[in-house]
Amino acid sequence: MTILETRGIGKTFGSVLALREVSMSVAAGQVLCVLGDNGAGKSTLIKILSGVHRHDAGTYLVDGQEVSFASPREALDRGIATVYQDLAMIPLMSVWRNFFLGSEPRKGLGFDVAKARRVAREELRAMGIDIRDVDQPVGTLSGGERQSVAIARAVYFGARVLILDEPTSALGVKQAGVVLRYIARARDRGLGVVFITHNPHHAFPVGDRFLLLNRGTSMGEYGKDDITAQELTALMAGGAELEELAHELRRE
Amino acid sequence: MTVAADERVARVGMARRLLIRPELGAVVGLVVVFVFFAAQSPVFRSPDGIANWLDPAATLGIMAVAVALLMIGGEFDLSAGVLTGTSGLILVTLATRFGFNVWPAMLVGLVVALAVGLANGLVVTRTRLPSFIVTLGTFLMLQGVNLGVTKAITGTVQVSGLRRAEGFEVANAVFAGTIDVGGTSFRVAILWWIVVTAVATWVLMRSRAGNWIFAVGGNEQAARAVGVPAARTKIALFMTTAFAAWLVGSILALRYTSVQANIGIGQEFIYIIAAVIGGCLLTGGYGSAIGAAIGAVIFGMADKGIVFLGWDADWFKFFLGAMLLLATLANRLVRRYAEEVRH
Repeated sequence: MTILETRGIGKTFGSVLALREVSMSVAAGQVLCVLGDNGAGKSTLIKILSGVHRHDAGTYLVDGQEVSFASPREALDRGIATVYQDLAMIPLMSVWRNFFLGSEPRKGLGFDVAKARRVAREELRAMGIDIRDVDQPVGTLSGGERQSVAIARAVYFGARVLILDEPTSALGVKQAGVVLRYIARARDRGLGVVFITHNPHHAFPVGDRFLLLNRGTSMGEYGKDDITAQELTALMAGGAELEELAHELRRE
Repeated sequence: MTVAADERVARVGMARRLLIRPELGAVVGLVVVFVFFAAQSPVFRSPDGIANWLDPAATLGIMAVAVALLMIGGEFDLSAGVLTGTSGLILVTLATRFGFNVWPAMLVGLVVALAVGLANGLVVTRTRLPSFIVTLGTFLMLQGVNLGVTKAITGTVQVSGLRRAEGFEVANAVFAGTIDVGGTSFRVAILWWIVVTAVATWVLMRSRAGNWIFAVGGNEQAARAVGVPAARTKIALFMTTAFAAWLVGSILALRYTSVQANIGIGQEFIYIIAAVIGGCLLTGGYGSAIGAAIGAVIFGMADKGIVFLGWDADWFKFFLGAMLLLATLANRLVRRYAEEVRH
């Protein structure tokens, strides 16, 4: 069941063609990896999907209906949640305060603090996230734990599609593995996941489909059976360029 | 896994729980300063003495608490001190020169104060200029208006005679009167200060708005990304500070029945210092209302304590600077300890 789909979508900023003719789709319980080097148009694509920018060419469909989001809030209301790499959490605030930020449960006039603490603890456990104490400031968590909490938050607030902007790029091997595990867990809970990365080694184990972007346009969408990790890497960097580089660096 | 997690929580222990409270440094300072003065001056520790130093603590505290909320929200308000003067001047001028009853005169003062707060908030949120600069502009403009208008109306730099105005008796009792507790009369301002601190603490710790205040001060972009109304939160904080300035300006005007046109200048830094002693970070996102209230008590103690000991009042400024430095250092240590990454 396809939740989110774009057909020939594009975006220009002034005279710059940031994105053109990109078609992709993601279904429930599926992970679509969006791969591309810096400047390939990955962030423009996710900003359109998450409602930060409006597309100016092509069509964007959610549940088969054409949409054009004016704000991230509208996308959120349709169940499309985005976890950004750098601004996912507020370091000085506790885990539970972060978890409910912007959607605090009410109790009379106030904020139901007891419920927030309890639910945050339960939800993190349900995702298998091992946080010692939900009262600790998020700043004391590791990068991987922060991303995981942000993912658990999106899942709890009814996200059907999770857009992850380079969640593993700043992490070490072990931490990246932790985040990949939560991506798989979100997928198993029936969410569609759009996973943006420039690292094919992170994309390949968890992805079902791979969308390759280069210089603002699509270089094709591949199923897992159609492509190997090596081919992915080669395509991403532009195979010819890599060979040339290897040639250049060879010892004389 | 559940059990293991709980065990590790227990190991973190009460010590850290207490240490990561922002007001810890202020509480330690409070005890030290109290013991220092109380040991040397019997008057200082007598009920009359306590009533005496709680009075300046109260009027400063109301402002410090509001300024602390604003600072946790990541902004400054340098116009807060002068605005107390503006509110007081409006009250006394309307009541004595234009025949207003005290109550409507106070209402006009409140409306003007809130409008100034709104203007500060709108300019800061719309232009994204640093609030330090924006409110420095407001500070200078209000200072000019206070003097200019007062001189134009009275020909001097003060307005007085509020005592003869209609409605003065009741308003004076409510805002500037005294309450007898066991034979000692305490200023009613102390009660207002406690109410303001209690409300501010509830808002910070137990309301949705409180969560938003910490968030916009901690990382405004991240807060906005999850749907926090960042601009509205900040504007509300500027208006809260303006409200506090109106309250304090009215209390002082009713108490002294006259207002100097230059009142409040220089106070804005004292509010910020009290908030910082109370554990607020200058960079926003962290702090406490109770801490700011305690910071104000430390000020009140030092202000009066130095007089009780018969020292030259000039030493107060020295004390102020030393407290500020110590408090900022202590805050930094506490925060590092709280934030230290544990794996």
